[in-house]
Amino acid sequence: MTPRWICLAAVVLSGITSVSAQAATIQVTINKLVYSPAEVTAKVGDTVEWINKDIVAHTATATNGDWNVAIAPKQTARLVVKKSGNIDYFCKYHPNMKGIVVVTP
Amino acid sequence: MLVRLSAAIAAVCLLSGAAFAQGVAKPTDPQIAHIAYTAGQLDIAAAKQALKKSKNKEVRAFANDMVRDHTAVNKEALALVKKLKVTPEDNDTSRALTKQADAKRAELAKLKGKAFDKAYVDNEVAYHKTVDSALENTLIPSANNAELKSLLQTGLKIFQGHEQHAEHVAAELK
Repeated sequence: MTPRWICLAAVVLSGITSVSAQAATIQVTINKLVYSPAEVTAKVGDTVEWINKDIVAHTATATNGDWNVAIAPKQTARLVVKKSGNIDYFCKYHPNMKGIVVVTP
Repeated sequence: MLVRLSAAIAAVCLLSGAAFAQGVAKPTDPQIAHIAYTAGQLDIAAAKQALKKSKNKEVRAFANDMVRDHTAVNKEALALVKKLKVTPEDNDTSRALTKQADAKRAELAKLKGKAFDKAYVDNEVAYHKTVDSALENTLIPSANNAELKSLLQTGLKIFQGHEQHAEHVAAELK
């Protein structure tokens, strides 16, 4: 596919779905107390989705206090990132779990 | 030689202060399952005592976390031993752990307010350290069954998390 076709396809898609064609969902899997990948990059307006495969509850808690996401065992939780910056986060229940969301404008 | 060896073992027991050092050198899978399950139940009992006695928000939240996590891990452990047709076997380590924890709960029962909170959280730090080192150095290396080993490894990470969490709570109580 040539770049022109990709552009055209993108224009058509964005015409249909408007905003959602631009906002992405970035997935982080939690398995055996590890956020994977440990570092993800998102744009303001994107959704970060944590998929908890563990038998215990976790959180994704920003160290700067910006957000706190509760993730029940075997469940998925989501957050729309609204501010840019490098956000370190951890699990309140198991502070040995650490991750980073790099949010770009 | 024998005397010297047992003196050395006794010294190690005193140093670690842990019930684990008194147990068998290489526990079997049924014994390991029993020890891990017992360690979880004892921490749940300690947390339930804290929920009865403490009014501190942080301490109560921590105790609730302990009940929830250890219940989840032990539920998984029971499902696994059932699947593997393993019957957990009582042993000296489990008995020593229980005896020690019962004594600690009796000691804590006499305390109130901030003194109780501090003693409970300090003991949670110490208890998780003991259990984590036993898991790491004895139980995980001794486990034969791969699924049991894997559950113990996940348990270790969960309990290491609890240890750090307890340290945070202890720092806030000061």
